[in-house]
Amino acid sequence: MKYSGFSLLKNSFSGHKHWPNIAADIEPKSRYDIIIVGAGGHGLATAHYLAKNHQITDVLVIDSGWIGGGNTGRNTTIVRSDYLLNASFKLKDFALQLWQALSQELNFNLMYSPRGYIDLAHSDGELEHFLSRANAMRLGGANVEILSSQQVADRVPGIDVSDNARFPVCGALYQPDGGVVRHDAVAWGFARSASTAGVHILQNCPVTGFTAKDNHITGISTTRGNIECNKVLISAASASSKLASMVDIKLPMDLINVQAFVSEPVKPILDSVVNYNAGLAYISQTDKGELVMGGATDGYESLARRGSFSSIEDTLARATQMFPFISRLRLMRHWSGTADIPMDGNAIVGRSPVENLYLNCGWGYAGFKATPAVGWSMAELLATEQLPQLLQPFALDRFKSGALIDDAGIGPYPWLH
Amino acid sequence: MLLIPCPNCGERDEIEFDYGGRAIQYPALNNSMSDWHMVLHQRDNSTETIEEFWYHQSGCECWFKVTRNLNTHEFES
Repeated sequence: MKYSGFSLLKNSFSGHKHWPNIAADIEPKSRYDIIIVGAGGHGLATAHYLAKNHQITDVLVIDSGWIGGGNTGRNTTIVRSDYLLNASFKLKDFALQLWQALSQELNFNLMYSPRGYIDLAHSDGELEHFLSRANAMRLGGANVEILSSQQVADRVPGIDVSDNARFPVCGALYQPDGGVVRHDAVAWGFARSASTAGVHILQNCPVTGFTAKDNHITGISTTRGNIECNKVLISAASASSKLASMVDIKLPMDLINVQAFVSEPVKPILDSVVNYNAGLAYISQTDKGELVMGGATDGYESLARRGSFSSIEDTLARATQMFPFISRLRLMRHWSGTADIPMDGNAIVGRSPVENLYLNCGWGYAGFKATPAVGWSMAELLATEQLPQLLQPFALDRFKSGALIDDAGIGPYPWLH
Repeated sequence: MLLIPCPNCGERDEIEFDYGGRAIQYPALNNSMSDWHMVLHQRDNSTETIEEFWYHQSGCECWFKVTRNLNTHEFES
């Protein structure tokens, strides 16, 4: 069913009780061309673009939980492409272009809001680094500006740019096309589009193993029986490591907890996304008025999806440095996700040592913004067997060869988080 | 919130500690690149409990090794 003013009116007569499910309930077949493990944004976007760009719909997307119940629904919904290195920048900038037309394409309101992303610099050295990053982005065709601290104050009412701050604001990198996208809608929109095209989506069904022969996967075992396939994509964020270990592949990732939280709703005060860089605290305001905040990881390995008070305090201390007015707000909700962080902090996307097994993982806390671009490129790889240029730098073997994607310019560093 | 069992100071709040990561057995310096790759980069994330190092920075300044459950955050020793 196409969502429209007419369908809204029609369903209002029956009290909105008869809207069809976003993804059709299915009985899994015994065989599929492609199986995607992980029904998050990335996996579902891959299924959507397989159907849309390559007319491949003999696809199963399978998840141990529910659609978008993992990191897709646990981030702070920020999209941006302010990266120094071409590998990181190009993929995320392609995603930024795709976000713009995606609501129309999916017939699902993703509430894409390019309200501007502001990355604060707290020293002259940091501002110079931002300038070189901005120039690299301009070479890649992005729209980006460097703001003085006065321009920051003009653009962001309520921010403290005084010299009294512990880490005064010297300026900022400003990407006007950055902003927020409603994360749940992204998962639902891609799921609905893929399901309508004929892709099967199976929720609450964990994958328990793979059947392989001569370095070739012939099928998967699940709690609902065995399913054969030609190709498998593991796109399961922190669970990817465990899945890959079932075919004896070790992945170079640490699994770390990251937290985010929202304040009680207040009147509109913040019309941009702002990131505090002395430490880390990023903040934006939802349409409901809540301030959404996140910070750095908890710093130690965890699969618990619940975090420590100390890192909440830490993030909020930085957020109140930026915006002193939030000190009297109360936190309403809080959640955690498990970030899968490789040693260079960049994702692992592409082929694996097993012939027909493909990987998309290691996105850490940077995966949401890349969702449509990864889906687009991964669909191309699965359909054509040609590795798209955008994905080439993200190969698994870069850790062995030393060709790391080192955005921070700090070299290979265990415990990057 | 972790309460980390320091062998000298007993259970203390996690903010007193620095994380030292997995307790890894490093190979000899002249071992092959591939050995070092396996140890430095690759992680076995298939187990629920891991051995790890903590540093009691704001306490006795001692490094020690513990076993922790990644799902429940319980320490076993």
